[in-house]
Amino acid sequence: MLNFAQNFIRVGLDVGSTTVKAAVIDNRGGIIYTAYARHYSKITEKVCDILSEISGKFGVSLPLAFSGSAGMGIAQRIGIPFIQEVFATKVALKDANADVAIELGGEDAKILFLSGGLEVRMNGTCAGGTGSFIDQMASLLGVTADEMNSLAKEAKKIYPIASRCGVFAKTDIQPLLNQGADKSDLSRSILRAIVNQTLGGLAQGRAIEGSVVYLGGPLTFFTELQKCFDEALRLKGVCPKHSLFFVAKGAALLSDKTFGLPDLISNIQKTGKTNFNTLRPLFNSSADYDEFKKRHDIKTPYADIADYEKNGKKAYIGIDAGSTTIKMAVIGEDGELLLSHYQSNKGGAIEIVRGYLAEIYCKYPLLNLVSGASTGYGEDLIKNAFLLPVSVVETAAHFTAAKKLMPDVDFVIDIGGQDMKCFKIKNGAVDDIFLNEACSSGCGSFLQVFAEGLGCGIEEFANLAVAAQNPVDLGSRCTVFMNSAVKQAQKDGASLSDISAGLAVSVVKNALYKVIRVRDKRELGKNIVVQGGTFLSDAVLRAFEQETDVGVIRPDIAGVMGAYGAALYALSAPDTGIIGKDELAEFSYQTKAAACGLCLNNCSLTVNLFSGGRRFISGNRCERPVTGKLQDESLNIFDYKLSELSKYMQKAGNLHLSPQRSKIGLPMVLNFFELLPFWHTFFDCLGFDVITTPFSDGNTFKEGQSAVPSDTVCYPAKLVHGHIRRLINLGADNIFYPCMSYNLDEKISNNHYNCPVVAYYPEVLNLEQNRLIRCFIDLNDKKAFAKKIHAVLSKRFDLPRREVNLAVKNAYGEYAAYMRKLKQKGAEIIAAAAAQNKDVIVLCGRPYHADPEVNHGIPQLITAMGKAVISEDCLPPLVTGTSVLNQWTYHARMYSAAKYVAAHPNIHLVQLVSFGCGLDAVTADEVRRQVEEGGRLYTQLKIDEITNLGAVKIRLKSLFAALEDE
Amino acid sequence: MDTIKKDYAKFTKGMKKTHTILVPNMLPVHFELILSLFEQKGYKFEILKSADPALIETGLKYVHNDICYPCLLVIGQFIDALLSGRYDLSKIALAITQTGGGCRASNYIHLLRIALKNAGLSHIPVLSINFSGMEKENSLKFSLSNLKRARGAIVYSDMLYMLANHYKSYEVNKGDTEKLLSHWTNKLKPMLKNTKYKTTKRVLGEIYRDFNYIKVDYVPKIRVGIVGEIYVKYSSLGNNNLEEFLRGEDCETVVPGLMGFVTYCMANNVFDAKFYGRGKLMGLVYRLILKSLDKWELLIKEAAGGDPRFCAPSGHRHLFKLTEGIIDLGVKMGEGWLLPAEMAELAEAGIPDIVCAQPFGCLPNHICGKSAIKRVKDLYPAANITPIDYDSSATRVNQENRIKLMLAVAKERLTADEAVTEQNKVKNNAKGTKKQEKLVV
Repeated sequence: MLNFAQNFIRVGLDVGSTTVKAAVIDNRGGIIYTAYARHYSKITEKVCDILSEISGKFGVSLPLAFSGSAGMGIAQRIGIPFIQEVFATKVALKDANADVAIELGGEDAKILFLSGGLEVRMNGTCAGGTGSFIDQMASLLGVTADEMNSLAKEAKKIYPIASRCGVFAKTDIQPLLNQGADKSDLSRSILRAIVNQTLGGLAQGRAIEGSVVYLGGPLTFFTELQKCFDEALRLKGVCPKHSLFFVAKGAALLSDKTFGLPDLISNIQKTGKTNFNTLRPLFNSSADYDEFKKRHDIKTPYADIADYEKNGKKAYIGIDAGSTTIKMAVIGEDGELLLSHYQSNKGGAIEIVRGYLAEIYCKYPLLNLVSGASTGYGEDLIKNAFLLPVSVVETAAHFTAAKKLMPDVDFVIDIGGQDMKCFKIKNGAVDDIFLNEACSSGCGSFLQVFAEGLGCGIEEFANLAVAAQNPVDLGSRCTVFMNSAVKQAQKDGASLSDISAGLAVSVVKNALYKVIRVRDKRELGKNIVVQGGTFLSDAVLRAFEQETDVGVIRPDIAGVMGAYGAALYALSAPDTGIIGKDELAEFSYQTKAAACGLCLNNCSLTVNLFSGGRRFISGNRCERPVTGKLQDESLNIFDYKLSELSKYMQKAGNLHLSPQRSKIGLPMVLNFFELLPFWHTFFDCLGFDVITTPFSDGNTFKEGQSAVPSDTVCYPAKLVHGHIRRLINLGADNIFYPCMSYNLDEKISNNHYNCPVVAYYPEVLNLEQNRLIRCFIDLNDKKAFAKKIHAVLSKRFDLPRREVNLAVKNAYGEYAAYMRKLKQKGAEIIAAAAAQNKDVIVLCGRPYHADPEVNHGIPQLITAMGKAVISEDCLPPLVTGTSVLNQWTYHARMYSAAKYVAAHPNIHLVQLVSFGCGLDAVTADEVRRQVEEGGRLYTQLKIDEITNLGAVKIRLKSLFAALEDE
Repeated sequence: MDTIKKDYAKFTKGMKKTHTILVPNMLPVHFELILSLFEQKGYKFEILKSADPALIETGLKYVHNDICYPCLLVIGQFIDALLSGRYDLSKIALAITQTGGGCRASNYIHLLRIALKNAGLSHIPVLSINFSGMEKENSLKFSLSNLKRARGAIVYSDMLYMLANHYKSYEVNKGDTEKLLSHWTNKLKPMLKNTKYKTTKRVLGEIYRDFNYIKVDYVPKIRVGIVGEIYVKYSSLGNNNLEEFLRGEDCETVVPGLMGFVTYCMANNVFDAKFYGRGKLMGLVYRLILKSLDKWELLIKEAAGGDPRFCAPSGHRHLFKLTEGIIDLGVKMGEGWLLPAEMAELAEAGIPDIVCAQPFGCLPNHICGKSAIKRVKDLYPAANITPIDYDSSATRVNQENRIKLMLAVAKERLTADEAVTEQNKVKNNAKGTKKQEKLVV
């Protein structure tokens, strides 16, 4: 197909999200010249540089084509052929004798199946960011990407890290870092996560075999990443020569039009901007900016530390070990600030705090530092390491600080590196708390890493935004999406300053519309304090003002407010104490990674050993690995549910099978968490040997990951594939998993549907040999059901109708008994909690949230915090007026639970939402409305594959702190 | 048990005279024709055409950000219009379609009302447009005669839509097709009163012949099918002008019409009776209605007389058959079994290159879209289907890049086909020959 008759050389340019690659090929298609450069968003300049070099070397008139995501825009503007990059790779691989090519780029991941039915696959929107993800992670660890690669070689342990997307992975890694996990272990775990994401998301069940080639930047530069792929694929892939330039080569091979390069260059330079959605500028004039500068920075009270040394007055330290930064503040007896410190933690919180304390002891030998308190993610670790008497949940620390500076504050918004925390204050107490969920996390550190990637500091980056005339609209979904929006803006020729301003606006919008969900700015209150390192950027602060149209106050110590609050807390706490100068001099520590293994959660523990034989374990959900004793779970309905369900799962099978009735498998997924008593009894009665899969564990997802067709479906659904695989391994000849449009009508809702995923997930399964009994079942009408199920099963088994009728009767009876038991147990727990004067938390979700791998041990975490925990399905059904259409059975129970909670002061509602659950976009607001109408606090926990509970802990602690305040 | 609070503003009888009803834009011709039925009864409508990016911002403000994109757009478009100052807010009502069913889409109307309340606009009444008797007090009611007329309106609109999609890709004088389209839209309005089968058949023939006069230049183009969630499939606001983009990439767009969705909704009642034994009476009624639609669905095919340039609807019975081996007919939420059936319909008609447009995180689409694609490919090995997510934050460059990948694969096949089959080459067309050279390399 390709015409090689002419003796010419051709040029291909691959302009990607982070780099420009060029290849010049000769008439046989061999590469004779390459160029590779990071473009730092200055795409036109870099492209022109490379083109002029090529023009100087190979002549002014050459055939040429563009490829790559950022190349698309340029090609369009100046009318040069554009070759889609995956396609270009395919063409370039024609003679490579490869069966499969795996190509990772800055933003995209691709798999090409070249033999046995050509197929090309590219990651979906939600899984973007591979190369840039490595950059972000390396910066998180405080190492270069190359160092991360070498570190990965030394790894001894792999931590489970969510592979769904960059944002989620970061949520898992950040707390591990703060717990002191080893950087080599983390490095390798990160690379593994990339492998899981690529293979899981793109292979979608198709086997990767034969000769595999690795292409693109990350796979070329990181030998350990190659090894991780090799391990996962159980083969040895090859990273060929010129692995960076296959796209460019493909573009060159497909180039058919000759262009005069000098003209082209001047054309590219001329056509700068095209249309992109712009926002209003942050400042209209420099006068505007000056006025803004004057308005801000309220002063914290200061005192002279020399004075304190002289008089021996008591000083207190607050340490805020945040996700990406460490903040410390030393205050005096009246809360005046003596010293403050703010620094990126680069993965070594303990080391930084030790250094800072040593510096204080050395510089101010006479300072009477009597006590301290810690807060933030590293709260417990720092408290234990440095012998602090108290620690405080960060929301409380921030509130304390804001109140000190502005006694009538009624709204606090804090945007840190990883998290956003906002709270409303009414009558001096926290009235409502908003914390971001995983998806909108990391905005602050994203700005920072982005700035660093461009080779400028965060402040310089913010200054660029101040001058921007046409800020780009970059959306507000999450940092992965923002990153790709930046790519689009770059393609459209947006300037750096417009991008910088756009990012500031995006971060603010994320906080306002995703986290706080503000509709009316009056909701925010009159006296708003903004704080957190991210607000140190004038651009972010201004964007916030513009977006809300309200005046806000940014303290001059916006970045260290958490530490300041913690110090204030230490000041008011009865206990005092802190590690002394001598102890500190001898202080040393070691960390060890371990898997707990004492229960299904199998928590990844980090054991910190401090000098003097002290030990601190983190990463645990319950006290068992610390005390060695089983935690008391008598007030935990989830524990009860699991043990009740286990009775069925462990029941011995029918031994005397008639030849027609074989092993039948039931997957413990989705609605089986409620219907297992029904189906198990039904099949047991009919004489089948019923096999059930055990509850999910950390491996269930991975075992089925490659078969998951949609990467944005909820985690409980993704687990189904692993269960099915296990059922097959357990020898289930038949798998029973029916589709059910309708759930049971409990007479408290307009309709009684299942959600689309619960209703039809069996349709997704590709099972060989008709192992799956495909059917549509409705349980509402017993007679109709009996008839239907008889018809369905009769296709495979010889079952007399009379036996089926009996089994049906028993199944309904068993199900009713099970539900009755649940309700009874719920009532018992409520009564027992009342007797013990404990609060009760209704962990409000779906029956399948009982799966330990789905709830990640949150119920135990709650009991460990001294509360009782029940679920929505054990409360009495109540009819409640709703503003939305109440048409799903499971969801109707949540509205009912909300109504129940609203009427019971000692019972509180925490909604569990599986990430990607579309229906909860409807129910969450409605449940919140119901709870708040009763004047109560609403809390939501979003859960997914992420195993780390750091954010969940903070949220729960914040809730409990607010409840105590009341 | 009805639990919905009825504290929202109602559309009272007198409002018909005084109020203008705003309608979101999805399928302009279809909506215009169907709404004309109510205009004849004295209602006043305005189809919202605004596409300002600011309406997305408005949407983000007033609905939960994880809700589906269509909901966000429709509500954003409404509130944006209401707050624009263009309207006298004491004389405005809104109308929104409602299909019911287990997908969260059945909640749009309620979420709209909540959004209105939060925007301080709770006095604005919202009408439901539905064919299944929901919101009886507060909906545009289809009388039996109007239902018959609506049937005609849908058949006509589907015909116009099919023709327009084809001719827009090949017309020599840009705008010819659009002119003829609006000519016929206006001409058809008064003709809808006549609901006779024979008349409809004759008029469809006239339309077909009339469009045939459009001067065309048949350069070879890739025919790209568009399927997906109903709103982003059709609405240019929802899919970033997908049809325009594809035409700009030298493609012809082929988009299945609305009748398929209507029969899909009806058939689900039949299947409920069949699969679950529930609603047997309704099942029977719908079975009869569907039967009566049999010949109407195939009118377009007859009018086009087997013209290979068009992919005329093949009728619901055929769609049922096409689901075999791909998905069960019991999957009835969202676009359910219809979605893969339309993929198969296109692939069978020789249009294997397909964009499956869906809102980001669309629940039913996990099952009937993304999961079904693999099985469609197994049955139609040539199928080259790319799922594209649409969302307020999804970027155009990502969407277009994925579509371009699909097109690159399609182009390669087109070139290969042409190399093999001589007769596929376009005759005596200078531009066409030039084009071909480009494709060969």
